[in-house]
Amino acid sequence: MSSHSSSPEPSYIEYQGKYKGIFAWILSTDHKRIGMLYLYSIMTFFIIGAVLGLLMKFELIAPGKTVMEPQTYNAFFTLHGILMIFAVVIPGLPAVFGNFLLPIMIGAKDVAFPRLNLFSWYVYVLGIILVVISQFAGEGPPDTGWTFYAPYSFRTAGNMLPAVLGAFVLGFSSILTGLNFIVTMHRMRAPGMGWFKMPLFPWTLYGTAWIQLLATPVVGVTLLMVVAERTLNIGFFDPSLGGDPILYQHLFWIYSHPAVYIMILPAMGAISEIIPTFSRKSIFGYKFMVASTLAIAFVGYFVWGHHMFTSGMSGTALYTFSILTFLVAIPSAIKVFNWISTMHKGSIDMQTPFYWAMAFIFVFMVGGFTGLVLGSLAANVHLHNTHFVVAHFHFIVFGGTGFAFFAAMHYWFPKIYGRMYDTRWANTGLILFFIGFITLYMPMFYLGYMGMPRRYYDYDEVFHGGNIISSMGAWVLIAGVAVIIINLFRSAKHGPKAVADPWGGKTLEWTVPSPPPVENFEEIPTVTKGPYDYSQD
Amino acid sequence: MENEKHHIVSYSTYLLILALLLVLTVVSVAVTQINLGTLTVTIALFIAGIKSALVLAIFMHLKFDNKMYAFMAIGVVLLIGIMIFITFLDYLYR
Amino acid sequence: METHRDDTASKIGMWLFLLTEMLLFGGLFIVYSIYRYKNQEAFHQAAHELDVVVGTVNTAILLISSATVAMSISAIQLKNKKFALFLLGTTIVLGLVFLVNKYFEWGIKIQHHIYPGSEVMAQRGQGDILFFGLYYFMTGLHALHIIIGLVFIAVVFARIWNDKISHDNFALHENAGLYWHLVDLIWIFLFPLFYLIT
Repeated sequence: MSSHSSSPEPSYIEYQGKYKGIFAWILSTDHKRIGMLYLYSIMTFFIIGAVLGLLMKFELIAPGKTVMEPQTYNAFFTLHGILMIFAVVIPGLPAVFGNFLLPIMIGAKDVAFPRLNLFSWYVYVLGIILVVISQFAGEGPPDTGWTFYAPYSFRTAGNMLPAVLGAFVLGFSSILTGLNFIVTMHRMRAPGMGWFKMPLFPWTLYGTAWIQLLATPVVGVTLLMVVAERTLNIGFFDPSLGGDPILYQHLFWIYSHPAVYIMILPAMGAISEIIPTFSRKSIFGYKFMVASTLAIAFVGYFVWGHHMFTSGMSGTALYTFSILTFLVAIPSAIKVFNWISTMHKGSIDMQTPFYWAMAFIFVFMVGGFTGLVLGSLAANVHLHNTHFVVAHFHFIVFGGTGFAFFAAMHYWFPKIYGRMYDTRWANTGLILFFIGFITLYMPMFYLGYMGMPRRYYDYDEVFHGGNIISSMGAWVLIAGVAVIIINLFRSAKHGPKAVADPWGGKTLEWTVPSPPPVENFEEIPTVTKGPYDYSQD
Repeated sequence: MENEKHHIVSYSTYLLILALLLVLTVVSVAVTQINLGTLTVTIALFIAGIKSALVLAIFMHLKFDNKMYAFMAIGVVLLIGIMIFITFLDYLYR
Repeated sequence: METHRDDTASKIGMWLFLLTEMLLFGGLFIVYSIYRYKNQEAFHQAAHELDVVVGTVNTAILLISSATVAMSISAIQLKNKKFALFLLGTTIVLGLVFLVNKYFEWGIKIQHHIYPGSEVMAQRGQGDILFFGLYYFMTGLHALHIIIGLVFIAVVFARIWNDKISHDNFALHENAGLYWHLVDLIWIFLFPLFYLIT
């Protein structure tokens, strides 16, 4: 691969390597192809998870049994949670856009360990296979919810072992991706690209990678303890043997709260790329954006207890976690403030990715503010385990990560496929998605506030109205998802050819052809300016 | 980026550290056989701390390598410390 | 695609991996410290049942094996292949001896019906159940790491034998050493926590 001199290099899509057909993809160590492997796997599980959600909403459209048995409902919300958390949103932005874009954005030819990168995709697939096995083998699918709370997770007859091991294995894949990214950013930045010349998306990937690395092992060993508990009857979390179930919750949330930041940080990073590009203006407060990324990653590590306010922790622990939770709001607010200030006096170009970014900011703020409601102790006692919580975290996890994922998809689509999508259909999809999203989740705040508990297939008649609206929102949302995905699929094949820099972006990925050649850069660039330098135009 | 230079540590340094580690092991066994009450835990963990510092600094070359590695290792130890501390905020005051 | 060697990158990668290992055991240390705090008397008594002599011998074995790995890296840098192989071989033998000791230690305990879920255990207090549960889980996980470390070192041994690792290309050797030291490091804490604090 070193004898390229005059003819332009083939793009990563056309490149013919040692292997043919599908093997050219599943055996490729090219970070771009691995990113695409993740993209297709993640979209598949996203659709499966979304269909499960749709079916649950069908069940909730009327009180009593509508379409499924209670046990089926329990299995559905468990699988929905496991798939959406471990297989979709956690790898979502880092593994897809991180893999595809990180090396290009920092001016490198690949990640530091390309083979490890491919290996981590296989580990991911192995984890998924275990989750699938849990659904069909043994005595029925798991029914604990994605949190696997003790002691139920080792008392239930459901087939827990493969599901727990699957989550463990998926975590391992996440660790390997994080490790790879950190080393890549330490060793492979282009000449001249100091840490503070690095674009913000790589910066958020850096923060995320550290959380993946430092939080995932804790849940890994916790899940292993649950496995030991189920198979060997050890008694770590079993009250009848002296164990403490609340300790399980501590250990579980030591990972699973930072996991929220694994999802949201790269989402914020993608938005921080989109807003300067379409405002034709450098990001406002670059260093504050970097600092807030690291602050969120750091403080986010110590707030896990706010998931356990009603579990019976000590008062001291309650106050501490509540204060720390409020602290995380500060760096998050800095980011929103800086996005708005970037747009101020910018020359705004209204394009699909920008609309997505605006929708993101809206849903993220609703999610963030309701998070403060839940973070205050007194309110939490009332709202804990109600639909309010479900609405809140869907606004953050689905609203935050999901909107940012589609924003990133529409922003980098021309770069990834070398083709442009149909803007009209894309905007229609966004409108349907947004309306559906708000209609689906907004009523759940109200329902939860009025006292409707989560995780039941049935409810009192007083909650009927809100649930009808919410279920109808789900249909609109699914229609939006369908429009978006069909449009993107069609455009990837038949869309008009895209130029190297369709949006006027300034970061390095827009300097290479669309789609990028196999080795990204013919010559490694030397960086002299900051990432969002619009000064000369 | 060029690779870092490698420092060759002499055999005698390693043997000296090994001797020190073995002595510390014997000391911690001996001390904990005497009943010192709650002090036992403190002393045993203190000696374990010294031993691990020696292993990290000399055997794992943190003393000779780029300071970044030492920073990361100390950071993680602190992180575990803070995690234990915060968890104990629950258990101590329950 | 051309591959260029970046030893520093693999070393950073190894260190990052070691950090995850530290946190893996860190989670267990949290569990241990909480349950010890809640069952002080029972942990105190149960620790008496473990054999301090076996524990001390195993500690010494691991410390020596750690020193031999470290010295073998110096040996390879000084181009002394034979001595490096001898030192690594010693490490492997010592690691195996550690596992054999562990096997007998566990075996005797299991003969006395002290293992999770046994009837004897069920009649004892909850503190004892937790102590021995943690003992088996933590030393078991540690033994698993010993096995992984031994395989790693065996690979390095073979590569030195075939001259694939030499004085100017020993990143893998260094990383295997780091892994082995980490296994040692964890034992340095497991030993007092289970055998000494009585």
